[in-house]
Amino acid sequence: MGQKDSVQKYWHLNIKIISILLFFWFAVSFGCGILFAEQLNGIKIGGFKLGFWFAQQGSIFSFVIIIFTYIYIMNRLDKKYKINK
Amino acid sequence: MELQYLIWIVVGLSFSLYIGIAIWSRAASTKDFYVAGGGVNPIANGMATAADWMSAASFISMAGIISFGGYDGSVFLMGWTGGFVLLALLIAPYLRKFGKYTVPDFIGDRYYSNSARTVAVFCALIVSFTYIAGQMLGVGLVFSRYLEVDIVNGILIGMGIVLFYAVLGGMKGITYTQVAQYCVMIFAFMVPAVFISLLVTGNVIPQFGFGSTTTDGVYLLDKLDGLHKDLGFNLYTTGSKSIIDMFCITMALMIGTAGLPHVIVRFFTVKKVSDARKSAGWALLFIAILYTTAPAIAVFSRTNLIETVSEKPYKNMPEWFSKWETTGLLKFNDKNDDGLIQYSSEQITNELYVSPDIMVLANPEIAQLPNWVIALLAAGALAAALSTAAGLLLVISSSISHDLLKKIFMPKISEKGELIAARVSATLAVCLAGWFAINPPGFVAETVALAFGLAASSFFPAICLGIFSKRVNKEGAMSGMLCGISLMLIYILKFKFGFFGGGTSDDWWFGVSPEGFGTLSMIVNLIVTITISSFTKKPSEKIQKLVVEIRKP
Repeated sequence: MGQKDSVQKYWHLNIKIISILLFFWFAVSFGCGILFAEQLNGIKIGGFKLGFWFAQQGSIFSFVIIIFTYIYIMNRLDKKYKINK
Repeated sequence: MELQYLIWIVVGLSFSLYIGIAIWSRAASTKDFYVAGGGVNPIANGMATAADWMSAASFISMAGIISFGGYDGSVFLMGWTGGFVLLALLIAPYLRKFGKYTVPDFIGDRYYSNSARTVAVFCALIVSFTYIAGQMLGVGLVFSRYLEVDIVNGILIGMGIVLFYAVLGGMKGITYTQVAQYCVMIFAFMVPAVFISLLVTGNVIPQFGFGSTTTDGVYLLDKLDGLHKDLGFNLYTTGSKSIIDMFCITMALMIGTAGLPHVIVRFFTVKKVSDARKSAGWALLFIAILYTTAPAIAVFSRTNLIETVSEKPYKNMPEWFSKWETTGLLKFNDKNDDGLIQYSSEQITNELYVSPDIMVLANPEIAQLPNWVIALLAAGALAAALSTAAGLLLVISSSISHDLLKKIFMPKISEKGELIAARVSATLAVCLAGWFAINPPGFVAETVALAFGLAASSFFPAICLGIFSKRVNKEGAMSGMLCGISLMLIYILKFKFGFFGGGTSDDWWFGVSPEGFGTLSMIVNLIVTITISSFTKKPSEKIQKLVVEIRKP
């Protein structure tokens, strides 16, 4: 596998990972926190209505998890393709 | 000890810490001045980014705004944190790889044009000035409220401090003072929050206390919903904004966050691409500590407020009530002369005006915490305002000395000359910001929407497409940026300032408020950029190679 192919493959994988993570980014904030908040508010966990919880707490926790997942996956990908110096 | 002295001591100590750090980390080269030498540890950079990002508004006003808006306030919580996901995934690593000093650097090089660079400089300056005036005003307010100093003198003291460490230390000085400021700020925010959570719900962690029961066994949020219903307000947990408006405001704030130059440049200061990703993660984690606590504070203090004042005799009000009345943040007008406070959603019968800012500022007194907590809160609010002001100041000075002078007007300027120019422009920028804060133009609040809208509708698409598409060219990017900005400006001028016939919320296009319009003008920018690019010449081989290079870690 030439240097050029491996760079291209790395980039395609990166795009794929970004797309999947952005899907979750959208789902926890715009999905659970706004678009479906009303439906989710019917479910209660402790004192929280679920839609409200996602909008004010859950989405923020999820964002942190999403970024750290990306860091973890990309560090492994960098190692595998050995393009980092 | 007398409260006044205690506040002076705590604030004085924090200021000497910042000055000490500035002297220790003086900038010796332009690389030090613009990007702190480029070797900042990612966790330290995360902390500095968090302090840079969280302004006086996040610290003082946000919890109060959520407290009054309930669910509607979620737009700020999601919008101002979700942008970091976009930064980490779509922008920070690639701009770090690009490896220059400023955002206009990237736009100018990627779109091979000094006109594009100038447009970017123009946007960066407007966004940063809008913001910095607000921060200096915040500094003045804190001084006048806690230290009984005149607002103008408060602003002057703040200007002096920022000037000292930003001009002397550049990005290097700013970075390490921001780390210290983050620690001061988060400690000052969390201590009262923990005590109040303990007081109201018996739970030490505010994030959990928020969803627990109060002493009478009812869930806190259910109780608050009930109180709101009784007084005629919208339910706290559902709010009043339309779904489309919630959606657009949240999106505009997220994209605006990811396009703000003072946040982006922080990622230029780390050693390598993987560190840029790491610092975005740490930054969001540090921000999340404050941002998940703020809505809890909002609920505690809202419940506390309603229970303390509603239908209670005015003469039995606790001491903090009269104290905050003198500042004008609380106003009581006994319309029906019954000596009781009627607090309701009806304009005609409501007798109490409460400024959102009071929710954080008066917290320690409402919870009867010791004086040192109040002193700490003053130092924290100052840290929040100063750290953001310094970050913005650096963007302004580098835009002038690096992007305008070095890259456009005086390419032959020496390293030493550029450093002097950077320091001179930082000084001028502080003076100008101070002037705006002392003579506020009366539309500071409106212009915040403009700052985010501008960042969203100009920088974000140009940067993202510049990385993810090789096809996008100069013609496309420039017309996209100009269309996005103009559309945003027209909308704000029309609905915020009454130009072009003005209009009310019934006339909003697609029901989207000016705060959320950045989302629509960003989409217009994207469409224009892609369409024009596909009808005009491809960028040269050299530029396409640049894009490939940026994508390699």
